[in-house]
Amino acid sequence: MSDPRADLYQEVILEHNKKPRNFKKLEGATHQAEGYNPLCGDHLTVFLKVNPQRVIEDVAFQGSGCAISKASASMMTVALKGKTVQEAEELFEQFHKLVKGDLDPEKEPNKLGRLSIFSQIWHFPARVKCASLSWHAAHGAINKQQSVSTE
Amino acid sequence: MKTASNTFNVTEIRKDFPILSTRVHGKPLVYLDNAATTLKPKSVIDRIRRYYEKECSNVHRGVHYLSELATKHFEATRGKVKEFINASRTEEIIFTRGTTESINIVAQSYGRKFLRKGDDILISAMEHHSNIVPWQMLCEEKGCVLKVIPINDDGELIWPEFEKLLTPKVKFVSIVYISNSLGTVNPVKKIIAAAHRLKIPVLVDGAQAVNHRAIDVQDLDCDFFAFSGHKLFGPTGVGVLYGKFDLLNSLPPVQGGGDMIASVTFEKTTYNVLPHRLEAGTPHIAGVIGLGAAIDYLNTIGMDAIEKHESELLAYGTKTLKAIPKLRLIGTAKEKAAILAFVLPNIHPHDMGTLVDQDGIAIRTGHHCTMPLMLRFNVPATSRASLSFYNTKKELDELAASIKRAQEIFS
Ligand SMILES: Cc1ncc(COP(=O)(O)O)c(C=O)c1O
Repeated sequence: MSDPRADLYQEVILEHNKKPRNFKKLEGATHQAEGYNPLCGDHLTVFLKVNPQRVIEDVAFQGSGCAISKASASMMTVALKGKTVQEAEELFEQFHKLVKGDLDPEKEPNKLGRLSIFSQIWHFPARVKCASLSWHAAHGAINKQQSVSTE
Repeated sequence: MKTASNTFNVTEIRKDFPILSTRVHGKPLVYLDNAATTLKPKSVIDRIRRYYEKECSNVHRGVHYLSELATKHFEATRGKVKEFINASRTEEIIFTRGTTESINIVAQSYGRKFLRKGDDILISAMEHHSNIVPWQMLCEEKGCVLKVIPINDDGELIWPEFEKLLTPKVKFVSIVYISNSLGTVNPVKKIIAAAHRLKIPVLVDGAQAVNHRAIDVQDLDCDFFAFSGHKLFGPTGVGVLYGKFDLLNSLPPVQGGGDMIASVTFEKTTYNVLPHRLEAGTPHIAGVIGLGAAIDYLNTIGMDAIEKHESELLAYGTKTLKAIPKLRLIGTAKEKAAILAFVLPNIHPHDMGTLVDQDGIAIRTGHHCTMPLMLRFNVPATSRASLSFYNTKKELDELAASIKRAQEIFS
């Protein structure tokens, strides 16, 4: 039996945790929202710069949280850059299903790419919210919510 | 009642707790989350079962056999609690849903009746949310002012600051005996004496104290004392509010209903006497009776023996955790109960919780319902191992080994 720890804390996740991408405040952001998980105190802000053609030109995040929430936020910023708002919303839907165990990336069509690394997280119910926090924040930002809470 | 034996045998004691033979992720359970809730001995579980199987009925209401039997056992627990915390009268023991409800009753009843606009209410920087929010709600309603005794970096109250805050404007002090997040044992007896010199009543939040040491409310001289059954090896959903008789007797009820009345007409209701006046509605009968069984069980072991074993565990655990490179203990008071909270620079507590869980080890991670305290220590959260008398040094070794494995993953 493989150690489930290794499924959750894969190299990619540990690496993004250590060196998060786009970890900064975004000057000139058109959208931003805070994500807060009161259970563990994870707290981050997602910034988006959306151009008139509804393309996400730039995306960044800031805040503090566990490895899962930080790595997920970092990977999300990479995934969203250059996508249209509509594509981002589709990805949000798919990611949401993925972390809840409702989408098998091997069997069902999806655009998750590297994000499917989170496919095992539903084995850790207490951690699903960590992985989805930044996505909820981005979704909230796009839909003009200032803050979202995962509780 | 059996008297406490002088031999404390943890291997034998562990057999009294059926859940300790559980396996978690294929490993034997190491339960180090006793500040959240304590495990239940078989005698408590059996006692609750017996009530439902053989004694099920309501209390204080029927003349039939079962009701009288249930009432007898229910009221016997009141007597057991009275002895356990050394109250002077059984009427001073009010059954509630838990510490939270006990504190809320005092805030809503005593607070509404006796506190006025501009009065200070004094609490400490290490309170559980349940000893902050009820007072904030009262402050909002009445225009009182909440004042907070600061703590030092070891997690101890700063006495001179307390003395400064303790002015005649203070009309109530509510203070935690043992901090659930730090393990600090506050000098409540001294605090109470100082407050009483100014005739200020004091509530002691004893949620984390009752399971770690013998309690004597008369010796402490506290005016109110609150605790939860589930942190005393009893069931959830039952707790106690102790109050000095005259004080309790002056409190208006906060809930109306059955049991708390003497007579009701549509024009006028007269209230029942203590303790029933403050216990509206059908109580958690099975819970109360179960709590009685928990107290019986503890009496066979003895709180002093428990305190001794736990202080050895604390010393060993402190040494063991301190030996882990970069680990920082949060809560290093000189007077401490067996609670070990810690952080590591590059591992978030939430990740730590998940990682040690894979080794079958249950610890709590997060803010422990003390968010202002986390701010004080400038950490988002901590990992906390909280011990009880059924824990062993071997379990602490396993925790340390598991923390080291987590460090390897995150290295
Ligand atoms: C110090 C302290 N006070 C109050 C409480 C609240 O107890 P309960 O949730 O049982 O009402 C707790 C529980 O964690 C606690 O540790």
